[in-house]
Amino acid sequence: MEIKNAAVAGTLESSDCMVTVEPAAGGIELELESAVMRQYGDRIREVAMETLDRLDVRNARVSIVDKGALDCTIKARVECAVMRAAEHEGRIGWGGVIR
Amino acid sequence: MINAVGRDIPEEILEITGKEPFQGNYYRDDKPVTMAGPTIRPVLNNRKSKLVANIREALEKCDAHDGMTVSFHHHFRDGDLIVNMVMEEIHKMGLKDIRICATSLGKAHSTLVPMIEDGTITNIESSGVRGGIGEAISQGKLKGLAIMRSHGGRVRSVATGESHIDIAFIGAPTSDDYGNLRGIGGKADCGVLSYAIVDGNHADHCVAITDCLVPYPNFPAHISQTKVDYVCVVDEIGIPSKIATGAAKPTTDQRKLLMAQYCTNVVVNTPWFRDGFSYQTGVGGASIASTQYLAEIMRERNIHMGFGVGGLTKAMCQLLDDGMANVMLDVQDFDLDAVHNLKNVNHHRIPASVYANPLNKGAVVNKLDYVVLASLEVDVHFNCNVVVGSDGMITGAQGGHPDTAQGAKCAIVICPLLQGRIPAICTDVTTVTTPGESIDVVVTDYGVAVNPARQDILEALREADCVPLKTIEELRDIAYSIVGEPQRVEFEDRVVGIIEARDGTIIDVVRQIKEIDTPAVYKKKNKRRANG
Amino acid sequence: MSNPDKYRLRRTMMFLNCQKPGLIKDPYIYKPDSVMLDLEDAVAEREKDAARYSLYHALQEIDYRGVERVVRINGLDTDLWREDIRCAVAGGCDSIRIPKTETADDVRTVEYAIAEAEREFGRPVGSVLIMAALESARGVINAMSICDSSERLFGIALSGGDYSRDLQVSISGTGVEFMGARQHMVIAARAAKVQCFDTVWTNLDDMEGFRREVEVIHSMGFDGKSIINPRQIPVVHDIYTPKEKDIVFAEKVVREIETKKAQGIGVFTVDGKMIDIAFYDGARRTIALAKASGVYKGDL
Repeated sequence: MEIKNAAVAGTLESSDCMVTVEPAAGGIELELESAVMRQYGDRIREVAMETLDRLDVRNARVSIVDKGALDCTIKARVECAVMRAAEHEGRIGWGGVIR
Repeated sequence: MINAVGRDIPEEILEITGKEPFQGNYYRDDKPVTMAGPTIRPVLNNRKSKLVANIREALEKCDAHDGMTVSFHHHFRDGDLIVNMVMEEIHKMGLKDIRICATSLGKAHSTLVPMIEDGTITNIESSGVRGGIGEAISQGKLKGLAIMRSHGGRVRSVATGESHIDIAFIGAPTSDDYGNLRGIGGKADCGVLSYAIVDGNHADHCVAITDCLVPYPNFPAHISQTKVDYVCVVDEIGIPSKIATGAAKPTTDQRKLLMAQYCTNVVVNTPWFRDGFSYQTGVGGASIASTQYLAEIMRERNIHMGFGVGGLTKAMCQLLDDGMANVMLDVQDFDLDAVHNLKNVNHHRIPASVYANPLNKGAVVNKLDYVVLASLEVDVHFNCNVVVGSDGMITGAQGGHPDTAQGAKCAIVICPLLQGRIPAICTDVTTVTTPGESIDVVVTDYGVAVNPARQDILEALREADCVPLKTIEELRDIAYSIVGEPQRVEFEDRVVGIIEARDGTIIDVVRQIKEIDTPAVYKKKNKRRANG
Repeated sequence: MSNPDKYRLRRTMMFLNCQKPGLIKDPYIYKPDSVMLDLEDAVAEREKDAARYSLYHALQEIDYRGVERVVRINGLDTDLWREDIRCAVAGGCDSIRIPKTETADDVRTVEYAIAEAEREFGRPVGSVLIMAALESARGVINAMSICDSSERLFGIALSGGDYSRDLQVSISGTGVEFMGARQHMVIAARAAKVQCFDTVWTNLDDMEGFRREVEVIHSMGFDGKSIINPRQIPVVHDIYTPKEKDIVFAEKVVREIETKKAQGIGVFTVDGKMIDIAFYDGARRTIALAKASGVYKGDL
């Protein structure tokens, strides 16, 4: 999926995270700031990278500011930000790229 | 050496401190112990004035020197101005290697961090530390060891001479010119001086600091003129709005109310809930709500509380005013209602020693039926951690947690299963501060676990069918199934603090936190797939 | 009957904004019978897409521990509802709530889209149930045909806010403005053998008023109430808990009917009351309610 412009999804409320996706060249650059970095930093990165991979995002600058979100929320916010940034329209691949 | 709660206490730490590893709650029961007395300078000269012009003069007259120990109390809580005022003067005098022996240190004291960094302060003994000082200690900035003690443990340490105080600085809401101190009245009204009484009894020098000088004699004195060397009058000793706030509004947070309901159900369905029962609880939303639920049932069943004890709130004092409780024993006042309630003749001040000292001839906590506590973490061995955050950073205080938990017949810990993403019920707490043998019931929003050592309680609750019973392992598994098992937080080898059990043995150590080495920015090169 | 969950117990149905992770992560600890994961009014227009991603993963990954998961989709007058249905069905929801239902055709339109989604995502056709919210005078008047519109439809719910606006009245707190709608809807629902649910009570500070209203709708025959805050759950469940004497009576009725049926006896008495097979379902319902309320200790 091609990132066409910058987009944001999510909030800074507790149990949520705010994900920003911007166009970039040369791979994925993921920046993470988390209230639970020491305990879940690796897991959050893993979930975010897997989600980007499923969405076939090859080049993007992604920043996540996490306030203790569960994995399901991290996925949802990354997907939403990517879909917005890619200006996706039409049917969504539930159970396919969204999983 | 592995101690009784399975924590490895490095030999080196045992050697340096001369302390023993924790060996169970009753290790020092009935064993002889000798108390220490201060070396004082008597006042026979009836023309001597105890008034000094400023802190500097007091410090000089008390022979302030490098390496000395100074002590403070925390009755002014986040509104305290005394610690900073005294330490700034000590800093200006260029003194080094100071040991602070405080009843607690909080957010008001983050200004001490530069003094930790420049070697003015090299040792800290406290119930705990919050804010900047906690971070500084966890980052290894304190040259010596931080020692965390419960309120009872501190009295024990000072009274036995393990902590020898050179100069005690006692902030007093009112004082006369001869050092009769009261906790009530004045501008910085905190109600009681319970935690500072042992300092008056055992410090070599004792300086009273007040912003409200009253005519002699300021009676009845909570700390007597016979203990006080000097009286220093300053503009302000505390910020009233941060000392005792208005009573907290009853919580509407359904999660807290749910836990409060479970907690009350536990209390009223266990055998000690009968006329004359005793009770202690905290200041959190769930604790206060639980006290209110309890009051309703006490009224319904015409059951009266024999005594309530501890840091007090409006909810507890209301029971006294309504005739539902016979006596309140007060070591601290969390809101203005509690302060004003001291007018009630059955509301008594007690010194911290009477409250919780493990090495006297029996403290009030030994007579407790129930205590309701909070905790940052509880593990499957029922060990609690109230000092070190799950991220490894020192962020809380023992307070009376270990004292009351050991003393009470039924010690209940309320904590939500998850704090954001952090599981509060876990396999092993980051740091043990209260041993599992003291904890009987854990109340969470997902269910209630009873320590298997307390089959009597488990049986009573099963019979009453009043709460969703789970094992502690089940609670942990639920937590992990929701948030995932956390990574191990990484520490350096260096020990920066020790957690003392009530009796002065070492229950755990706190190590320096490791800087996070994974870069904040993670890059993955775009490798085009062969079949692109 | 195709779906065994059609007549499950639904005393409380708690609204949750799909867009708020803090709300949807563990509402089951408060033990509502159903949660209503909302994609409609609670979600701001520009967050409609975000709410769907949250919904999908919540349905897939959060264990709601037996609590029914109803999804409120956006209205049929929007361009959102079809994708809402795909998302909810793919995620694995139990039921779909149609807002602003006016006619039986509305239900059939949604049913068609659900069946399509069930096939697309490999779920058994018929597994997703439907409930219809009646939010206008026309919808309320058409209650009977709406109730009869689909085998999937398990119930209808009054939506008081929109309905009162349509009726050009304001909500008084006395319930007088809802009298006709409530009575009409309960009768229609009973006639069609589906359930009927009451509207929300929004003033959280007036818990006494809330209790009074729940008592009223309980005695009118409603199966349950939509709620907006966990604080309201214990009140509803308390009122819906059968009394001890009713449970004992129901138990006797069930046992007697079962033994008498075997003996070929049609009419008999229990505690001096004439009983026949017509009492069976009601007695069973009382036992089920007693079980759900945690007050039934018997073995039926």
